[in-house]
Amino acid sequence: MLYAIFCYNQEDVTTAWSPEHDARIMTDLKKVEDRLSAAGRLGPVARLLPTTAATTLRKGDTPLVIDGPFAETREQLLGFYVVDCPDLDGALEVARDLAVANPGLGAYEIRPLQIFRPGGDVGSLG
Amino acid sequence: MSDAAWISSTLSSARPQAVGALLRYFRDLDRAEEAFQDACLRALRTWPDKGPPRDPVAWLIMVGRNAGIDQVRRNSRLTPLPDEAALSDLEDAEPDLAERLDGADYRDDILRLMFICCHPELPPTQQIALALRIVSGLTVSQIARAFLVSESAMEQRITRAKARIASAGTSFETPDPVQRSERLGAVAAMTYLIFNEGYSAGPGDGRAGLCDEALRLARLLLRLFQVEPEIMGLTALMLLQHSRAAARHSAEGEVILLDDQDRALWNRQMIAEGLALIDKALRHARPGPYQIQAAIAALHARAATPADTEWAQIDRLYANLERLQPSPVVTLNRAVATSRIQGPEAALEMILPLEPRLSSYFYFHGLMGSLLLQLNRPAEARVAFDKAISLAGSLADADHIRRQIDRLTAAPADA
Repeated sequence: MLYAIFCYNQEDVTTAWSPEHDARIMTDLKKVEDRLSAAGRLGPVARLLPTTAATTLRKGDTPLVIDGPFAETREQLLGFYVVDCPDLDGALEVARDLAVANPGLGAYEIRPLQIFRPGGDVGSLG
Repeated sequence: MSDAAWISSTLSSARPQAVGALLRYFRDLDRAEEAFQDACLRALRTWPDKGPPRDPVAWLIMVGRNAGIDQVRRNSRLTPLPDEAALSDLEDAEPDLAERLDGADYRDDILRLMFICCHPELPPTQQIALALRIVSGLTVSQIARAFLVSESAMEQRITRAKARIASAGTSFETPDPVQRSERLGAVAAMTYLIFNEGYSAGPGDGRAGLCDEALRLARLLLRLFQVEPEIMGLTALMLLQHSRAAARHSAEGEVILLDDQDRALWNRQMIAEGLALIDKALRHARPGPYQIQAAIAALHARAATPADTEWAQIDRLYANLERLQPSPVVTLNRAVATSRIQGPEAALEMILPLEPRLSSYFYFHGLMGSLLLQLNRPAEARVAFDKAISLAGSLADADHIRRQIDRLTAAPADA
């Protein structure tokens, strides 16, 4: 079974970390990643930019673009894509295509990545 | 993270919100600060044993408010409040508190706290000192070190500034949209002032950390006002400028100009975040000075080499900025772009009329010297560089000009 693990923390605290502290945490996390990777168990790893860099496309007849992260608690996180786009407009275009393919309720939150390691250790599923 | 480190970073990130709420409650800055201080002391005593509360900010406000009331009652010999053990468990109080803390109150609290530091009667240096003390919670001795003055002088400066804002009075009414946007504008300007204080400092200068502090304040504003393109622009601008910090000075502390910087030293993560924010801002199609400056910084950040820089676009953006916010300094900056497209002659023509207004501005004489040098007019360049040195704000700036003069004397004028 493949598991996704989502990382939650207080952004006002983490964005105020000193560069040294941030680097130390990243190094310690990397050690855990390396252990998993050596065992052939690690898939993609990503660190997201702060929610202040997020934009949300709310699905609907005319999809609505909203500044900020997805904040609705009635809907749950069900999946994610990582897509290479030249800029925010490019990412919104992809989100609009997804909304056409899967219309109805819900939203797509667009968050630029700060760190991304694709990780080829694990095979595909589904 | 250790307990102590976690507690101290939680307390410092809770500060603006907690002091802002306590200020609304007590309507007195000193009392609000004292109450917050009391709450922090209790947090340091009780959190390590009992574990952190579910909502640290709400806890600090509640405990601070009770400590403040306690103080008032003690002064008037009334009944004391419940003891600490009861207070540190907020199970009963929390729903009620959470309701009141939810919503726009917080936003206006923090904005008010920052806004009182921007009183127009206070000179910029006092605004900065006050904001660092009240909003960021830096100690007086930290601020004094940054500004190279004695602790007692800084203490006095802050006390005077506080007295002045106290006598000016603060509005505790919920601001209307116009007032809110005026406050936001003043607070944004003050935040950029703090950034520039740090940015203009040479390496190893105590003020260098002010850039990080300003960024922290900008992120706070951005979280509170998520749909304000100018706040996105301000944060992007500071991120993009700060991304070059490691490349701006040599190991010997000499200034390295943009063209000569090692772009591998630029902080890619800050650039990524800055570019993401300016992308978001521009979608609003409501341009403002911070967004335009950020867009200019973004063009530099996107250029892999100096030769890839899109000077024509930068020139156009400066032209927009000139229209939006006419200032001789903007024209001076534009002249740099103009010199890259049309040559030094055109740029010189552009800046000569600025002389009366910029005669005591370091960068004016620096640019003048460098344009004259490019036009092979070394004697006049020398005069301009000498003037620049006499106006330099830091040793690194002065050294940079001196090296240009050295180059000038190394190559004979008629060569």
